[in-house]
Amino acid sequence: MAGKEDFQIVLPFDFDYYLPKNLKEAVELYRYLDQQGKQPMFFSGGTELITLGRIDLAYTEAVIDIKEIAECQMIQFSDHQLLIGSAVTLTQLEEANPFPLLTSVSSEVADHTARGKITLGGNICAQIFYREAVLPFLLADSELIIAGPEGLKTIQINEIFQEQLRLKKGELLVQTSTDKRFIEAPFYAVKRRQQWDTGYPLITLAALKMGQELRVAISGLCPFPFRSPEVETYLNRWGQAAETRVDNALSALPKPILEDVEGSADYRLFVLRHLLVDALSALERAGA
Amino acid sequence: MPLQTITLHINGENRPTTVRASDTLLYALRGRLGLTGSKPGCLNGDCGACTVNVDGWPMKSCLMLAVEAVGKKVTTIEGLHDSPIQQAFVKEFAFQCGYCTPGFIMNCHSLLEQHPDADDQTIKEWLESNICRCTSYIEIEKAVKAVMRGE
Ligand SMILES: Cc1cc2nc3c(=O)[nH]c(=O)nc-3n(C[C@H](O)[C@H](O)[C@H](O)COP(=O)(O)OP(=O)(O)OC[C@H]3O[C@@H](n4cnc5c(N)ncnc54)[C@H](O)[C@@H]3O)c2cc1C
Ligand code: FES
Ligand code: FES
Repeated sequence: MAGKEDFQIVLPFDFDYYLPKNLKEAVELYRYLDQQGKQPMFFSGGTELITLGRIDLAYTEAVIDIKEIAECQMIQFSDHQLLIGSAVTLTQLEEANPFPLLTSVSSEVADHTARGKITLGGNICAQIFYREAVLPFLLADSELIIAGPEGLKTIQINEIFQEQLRLKKGELLVQTSTDKRFIEAPFYAVKRRQQWDTGYPLITLAALKMGQELRVAISGLCPFPFRSPEVETYLNRWGQAAETRVDNALSALPKPILEDVEGSADYRLFVLRHLLVDALSALERAGA
Repeated sequence: MPLQTITLHINGENRPTTVRASDTLLYALRGRLGLTGSKPGCLNGDCGACTVNVDGWPMKSCLMLAVEAVGKKVTTIEGLHDSPIQQAFVKEFAFQCGYCTPGFIMNCHSLLEQHPDADDQTIKEWLESNICRCTSYIEIEKAVKAVMRGE
């Protein structure tokens, strides 16, 4: 029944599929399958394994799908915190809109249909360098709830996200926890693409203002998303002209600046300069 | 790994289907169930030719494993019968070669189901998930709006 062309649409390797019902089971499965040499992989939206697996850039013999785990599926306000499960899809987040800055940033990832499959945790943990969905959490000093062989732990995102989420082998991102004050703070988010609204983003800038303090996080400039204290120090010298603050901030950027088909390093810096000037003027008076 | 038999709920019927865990839903539909209306295009989540409807939402079936669809309601283009959006595509000349059409129709069908009063911005955002290399998006947008107006 399979047509000839259909042979190209299968993954070139086999794996076992597990659907644990709770965190303990997921973590134990990982440990067990790892001991068996199965190179287990947590699977949330699964788009990375499905797309990179096809071209031999990802491999596993055991998929552990975390979608049925209740803690990974919830969007909930408790006390002053917003909890978002790692297996919540970006479309679910846009529709429920509990964190407007997150909606604004994540609604630029991929396209609408794909965002119904791509999940928050999957985007934060992905290999791809954009990972825009992490930006709002870096800005909001969110906490991450992580499950591992030793149980659950809570850790500040800016401690554990350095270029990538520094999870230990077998650890699972369960939820993000974000203080309501950050959710209500004035923000600015913008994405520039090389061609008008198609294809991958060139640069995404997210900014948030807490009282008089401006915070910025950037994706698509370096091979990793980041927030930089040095950059923010320069941007917050409110007594200086906006252009001066931006130029000083640009001199403090992390390295390397990406140089690829989407744009040269110089072009990226040119775009970023404009985005930062716009962000400063948009948030100049906000939150005063 | 050996083949396993799962039950997929497709177009209102329970269909026992023998798959590998690593088979995509697109492959299961086409290669195992003979439902060839969902088209393979990029196989990478970019083009939307393989779009089906899962529990009321559009889904690129090349981005989903068949085993992930267990317990969910899947509708493919074969499950729509002379629906308003199909009629509107014909009336508005919203296709040429037709390769992208099943995917576009399933996406539009989901949009009409989820946001029957969608504004222009929402329509644009949803339609951008599919690529057509023949015709313009204007006719497709017209078809969606014609259904919204109940024409
Ligand atoms: C059409 C298309 C367009 C895309 N556009 C963009 C884009 O604009 N920007 C962008 O950033 N990316 C983009 N991507 C890449 C895609 O976003 C990433 O592959 C995606 O974010 C992964 O999300 P997922 O839920 O599918 O993750 P998965 O594929 O499930 O996981 C990704 C990785 O993270 C690990 N992981 C997942 N969840 C957890 C967890 N809870 N704890 C620990 N580890 C975990 C997995 O083991 C895997 O290694 C695009 C992909 C496609 C198919
Ligand atoms: S074949 Fe699935 S999106 Fe192109
Ligand atoms: S009608 Fe030919 S690709 Fe759309």
